[in-house]
Amino acid sequence: MRRSPRNSSLRAGAIITGFFVAAALLARFWTPYDPRALSIIEKLQPPSAHHWFGTDQLGRDVLSLVMVGAQTSVGVALLSVVIGVFVGVPVGLLAAARRGALDELLMRGNDVIFAFPALLLAILITAVLGPGAVNAIIAIGIFNIPVFARVTRAGALQLWTRDYALAARVAGKGPLRISWEHMLPNLLGLLAVQGTIQFSLGVIAEAGLSYVGLSAQPPTPSWGRMLNEAQTLTALAPFLALFPGCAVLLFVLGLNLLGEGLRRNAERPT
Amino acid sequence: MSESLLEIDALSVSIGGKHLVKNLSLNVSSGEIVGLVGASGSGKSLTALAIMQLLPESAATTGLVRLRGEPLTGQPEALMQQVRGRDIGMVFQEPMTALNPLMRIGHQVAETLRLHQNVSASAASRAARDALDLVGLSGEQGSLDRYPYELSGGQRQRVAIAIAMIMSPPLLIADEPTTALDVITQAPVLALLQQLVRTRNMGLLLVTHDLAIMAQLADRVVVMSQGEIIEQGATEQVLRRPRMAYTAALLAAAALKPKRQGSPGEGAPAVLQVVDIVREFPRRRRSLWHAAPPLRALDHVSLRVHGGETVGLVGESGSGKSSLLKVILALDRSQAGEVRLLGEGFSGASGAKGAKLHRLRRAIQGVFQDPYGSFDPKWTVERLIGEPFFLLSRPPAAAERRRKICSVLEHVGLSASDARRMPHEFSGGERQRIAIARALITEPAVIAFDEAVSALDVLVREQILDLLAQLAARLNVAYLFVSHDLHVIRTIADRVYVMQQGRIVEEGPTESLFASPRHAYTQALIAATPKLNVLG
Repeated sequence: MRRSPRNSSLRAGAIITGFFVAAALLARFWTPYDPRALSIIEKLQPPSAHHWFGTDQLGRDVLSLVMVGAQTSVGVALLSVVIGVFVGVPVGLLAAARRGALDELLMRGNDVIFAFPALLLAILITAVLGPGAVNAIIAIGIFNIPVFARVTRAGALQLWTRDYALAARVAGKGPLRISWEHMLPNLLGLLAVQGTIQFSLGVIAEAGLSYVGLSAQPPTPSWGRMLNEAQTLTALAPFLALFPGCAVLLFVLGLNLLGEGLRRNAERPT
Repeated sequence: MSESLLEIDALSVSIGGKHLVKNLSLNVSSGEIVGLVGASGSGKSLTALAIMQLLPESAATTGLVRLRGEPLTGQPEALMQQVRGRDIGMVFQEPMTALNPLMRIGHQVAETLRLHQNVSASAASRAARDALDLVGLSGEQGSLDRYPYELSGGQRQRVAIAIAMIMSPPLLIADEPTTALDVITQAPVLALLQQLVRTRNMGLLLVTHDLAIMAQLADRVVVMSQGEIIEQGATEQVLRRPRMAYTAALLAAAALKPKRQGSPGEGAPAVLQVVDIVREFPRRRRSLWHAAPPLRALDHVSLRVHGGETVGLVGESGSGKSSLLKVILALDRSQAGEVRLLGEGFSGASGAKGAKLHRLRRAIQGVFQDPYGSFDPKWTVERLIGEPFFLLSRPPAAAERRRKICSVLEHVGLSASDARRMPHEFSGGERQRIAIARALITEPAVIAFDEAVSALDVLVREQILDLLAQLAARLNVAYLFVSHDLHVIRTIADRVYVMQQGRIVEEGPTESLFASPRHAYTQALIAATPKLNVLG
């Protein structure tokens, strides 16, 4: 029998993702240098044994900045997924359980949110509430809501056709209780896959927002702003853009591999 | 003696180290119908696929398959593509998925011809016309421009047969060709296959689990069990004097002897009464101003079930059986009429609500068709069986609960230790036992069965029907047993209702109804059902 490549993408994804999450956690307690310490004498040094990733135009250690940036990235993406799950999943379950007019209302409401491009929505929100990491979380989180609502509703609609949903109704249970006891546990696999995908989209969105200055504000480091600042210095110090850029790329790749691995795992016949 | 067409010599198939077909040898001659029969998982379908060299890549095959003396095993794929369709036609079980939904049927029938011969488009469509005429799809019905969704299941299966027949292959393999069809639709499809074999001197390898179809059609029967042929011979000989115990058991199970004597329900009060139920479904409106008349799925249906009685409800698919069951179980409302349970209004147009609904629900439970979809895969058997405890105003304490669950598990022939296991650890028959246990837990007066044995093999079906008859006698519970299968209804029911297009057309005690059916539809149903005792 041929070996399925399922395990390899799950493993690779988990390792890469775990690496970035670990780096973000580590950065809370320890970084090679203080990411806020300026040292103009040491500015724009190329990568060396002392500064693995080099230093930026203010002489800060780029490795430390990337590590702390991972914190911002993971934090914003994770919390926005949490917002999407906590609002979107109940909406999807409710729409599938009640059907009819409520379903229409909820899902058309979703369509309205969905119709706004995520970045535009974020600009709108930050224009009203002002820029900052919290507002970036809210903006990306709102974008996640309809995604989770749709995935949940589609999965639950299919589960409602199963005989065990009928059996639960014959046992006198109402639609909300059945949604909680039967639908949700059986949708967890599907939601885990969607969660990873939204997480990776969140990382990209956060980088995009901070690139245009709408996410975490200085002095909090973030990958997007590092890229923005590196832009004018590309000719002088190309490594400045390289490391945060690679971090975004690798992290998103890892998350996508993880999502793919989880999806194949879920498809495995029992 | 006609020439030997297909020879299989010592064929073995294994997938992932499991031997699924072992040392199988059989022959099919021209003009002969060979029936390959066995329980699901016995290797029948794998054998059919092995002949066509259509097994998955992971399968390891040994042995020799020859068609008219030419070996098929070990031939390159390019050559097999020539053989498939031209020399061997194949008809599959599922008429709903065997056709491409986006292709006109004329195209699909002509496709085989155009793949094998360099013919013009007009010649191909003429040939498709002829092939559809041959399978009885002529005129308006069999227009080449129709799409599969415009055809019924039986018509689609005819299209599939036309596709298999267009090249006039000397050998046809039909894998459960009528299992997905109703009795009424099944009979003409079987007659068609038989007629094609006789008039064209083809060989037919008919794979089925249904011994009655075998008895009616096959010249020779091959019985498979666990990948091996355990018996083969002329149909009459095998059916009359089976040599192997397994074959005898299969035959006994398929014969479906009546399980109940007398009808204890006659004198007992009615536990379930269905009065004048009307259920209509809205149809798509034809224009902006005129709503289409609704589809009437249930048209003033009335029936009653007495205490301890088993009532059968029979009819083809689409006759409204399932819609009625949904209304009876209060899973759906009706536009008019009422369902009364133990003399109290329960469901229908004006159903019970809240605590009263819960109290009444305890008296009626359901067992559904699909033994695989009936259980939440994340729940243990104990939790699944205990789910209807939700209906009790004061659910029993943990110890009492466990005692009751163990007791119903033992009632249905499982053991108390099964309570901790997950549903996927059980076979189809065992799952249906768990479903029955779940229905028994609230000690209901009536249990409604929706095609509860249709998905089971004959041997398992026999066991479940035995169990149901025992339980009915022991617990004095009444059944409303819905099925499309007349044999099953005849075996289990004391009294039968026949349903057609949303109406009850005939009602009566089982034996007299089967012996002298009055309504034309009942007569047609009985006539269309294949009979095992066709020989004797």
